This record gives sequence, structure tokens and C-alpha cells, in this order.
Amino acid sequence: MNSVKFLFAAYIATWVIHGVYLGSVVRRFSQLRKQLKELGKEK
Amino acid sequence: MKRLFPILSILTVVLLAYALYEALVVAPTDALQGDVYRIIYYHVPSAWTAFLLFFINFISSIQYLARAKPSRDRAAKWIVIGIGVLGVIATFIPAVQHLLPNGMRPSAVATTVLLIPIFYLLIGRWFPGDRLDVLAVTSAEVGVVFCTIVLVTGPLWARPVWGIWWAPGDIRLTSTLVLWLIYVSYLMLRGFSNSAQTQMLAAALAVFGALDVPLVYFSIWFFRTQHPQPVIGGGGSMDPRMLHVLLISWIAFLCFAFLVCWSRFRLELLKREVEQAHAMESLAGAGTSSKTSLPLTRSSR
Repeated sequence: MNSVKFLFAAYIATWVIHGVYLGSVVRRFSQLRKQLKELGKEK
Repeated sequence: MKRLFPILSILTVVLLAYALYEALVVAPTDALQGDVYRIIYYHVPSAWTAFLLFFINFISSIQYLARAKPSRDRAAKWIVIGIGVLGVIATFIPAVQHLLPNGMRPSAVATTVLLIPIFYLLIGRWFPGDRLDVLAVTSAEVGVVFCTIVLVTGPLWARPVWGIWWAPGDIRLTSTLVLWLIYVSYLMLRGFSNSAQTQMLAAALAVFGALDVPLVYFSIWFFRTQHPQPVIGGGGSMDPRMLHVLLISWIAFLCFAFLVCWSRFRLELLKREVEQAHAMESLAGAGTSSKTSLPLTRSSR
């Protein structure tokens, strides 16, 4: 049945959305750690 | 705690893989829809997780508003306990049971009502001070991610089954979209406003926004809608093997959501620490330029 492609599309979309969000969390973490390190150096 | 995170991450990945195997291989094929119905194992647990996170956001926002005054905080606590106790008693009164829609189990309503004081008291105990606001923003952001998945997987399921991507005017679909928009606006308010009142305004918006959650949930009982009846709490009937896989999938998604919330919570704490460090630095800069000494104290976190 051709509708199986919708099933895989839904599963892939779910993990793409989670992956993009987790990527944004990791990126923000590294940016903040960098800022905190720079603030520490200035002191 | 640092050691616990990788252990829980590994367990969650194993659980998610097991849930995926159960969803794609073990669960029986639906006689009417074929294999495409298996979208349910991602669509429904995502919706339940989003609702739970918006509920946590609602409770933490109420507490954040209530804590502004000690008397208000005490009153809110007793009101919430009262709602829980009276709500549970009311669901066992036959006259109230008649008001419930067909198929909705009173025990399901009682459990949901009982969760309000339980969550209120636990959140209040575990998240003191500003951490309540951190929890509110965390739960809203992760809730929006899960709600986005609901809005993406829903049309992907609807297209082969209903023949359309979206049913315009359908109350379930529209109210879910409105719910998503409310929480996106909540996050935008928090992201773009620098006012001292932002946290209070966001908490007030969250309290009103959460009113849409029961509308989304109960819409399929009270209005004519294309959306099928719920699989838990009454109404719909589901093969026990399918229900078993659905619950495994939800547990896996809950574990995953917990880990994502944990990371996001730590990120918010770090963000506030950086903001505080920036503020202290600018205060110190202002102090040296005006040749005056400022008493700099770092608030405990």
C-alpha cells in the first residue's frame, strides 16, 4: 500500500524536529559556555 | 547527577528503539487503515506529552504569580487542594456523572482532577524561587516541540485516511493549532521582551493559554469533528495489543521529554548565570568609571 510512505514520513519528521531542537539546545549551550569563559578571562 | 544523565540517556535510547520495534513490527495491522495507522504510536504520545508539559507550565505559572505575596501563596495552595478534593468527590455523584459526555469514565476525570493539587504541591516543593520560572519556560518550549510533531504527523496521517491534509473548521485541529500559536507567542514574549515585568506577563499569558488544553481534549466529545474518539479515558475501542504498544511508546516519549527538559532547564540556568555575570561586569565598569565603590553581591543560585 502506497500509504506506507506517509508512515515513514511521519516517523522521519518526528526525529528531524527533535534533532533540530536538540541541535539548537547544544548550540546555545556552547555559546553560553564560551561567553562565560570570556567573562572569566576578563576578570 | 552528572553521572545519572548519560545512564538515563542510554536507557531512553534503548526504550525508544524498543518502542519503535513494537510499533513497526509487533503491533497488529489495522483492518481498515492498513499500516499507516502506526503513526498513532508517535502522534498520540507526542500529544499527551505536550499536554502534560503545558499542564506543568500552567501549574508553575500559577505558583509564580501566587508567590508574589505570601498571603496569596497560602490562599492559592488551599484553593488548589480544595479543587482537587471537591473535584474527586464530585465525579462520584450521579448527578455530576450525568453531565459527563458518553464514554468518558468518571475515574479518568477524578484522576485528572487529583493531579492538579499533586503537581502543585510537588512543583512548589522541588522548584523554589526563580526556578519556578525556569521550569515554566522549559516546559513551554519542550511542549511546543511536541505539539509541532502533533501538527506535522496529524496531516501526514489524515491525507491517506481522510483524503485531505487538514479539515478546515474542525474544532480539534483548529484548537490544537491555536494552542501551538499561544505557546509560540508565549516564547516570543519571553525571547524578545526585556522588561522587568516579562516573567509576570508571560506567567499570566500561560495561565490563559492553558485554558485551551481542556478545549482541545474535550472538543471531540462536545463537537462534531472528523477526529476519532480518544483511545484512553473512554469513547474509542482499541485492540489491547495496540494499546499496550501505545503505552510503551508513551513511556519512551516521556523519558525522552524528561531528558530534553533536564537539558533545557540547565541551559536556562546557565543563561541566567551569564546574564547576571554581564550585569555585574557592567555595574563594576560603571563603578570604576565614576570612582565610586559599589557593593557587589552575587545572589545565591
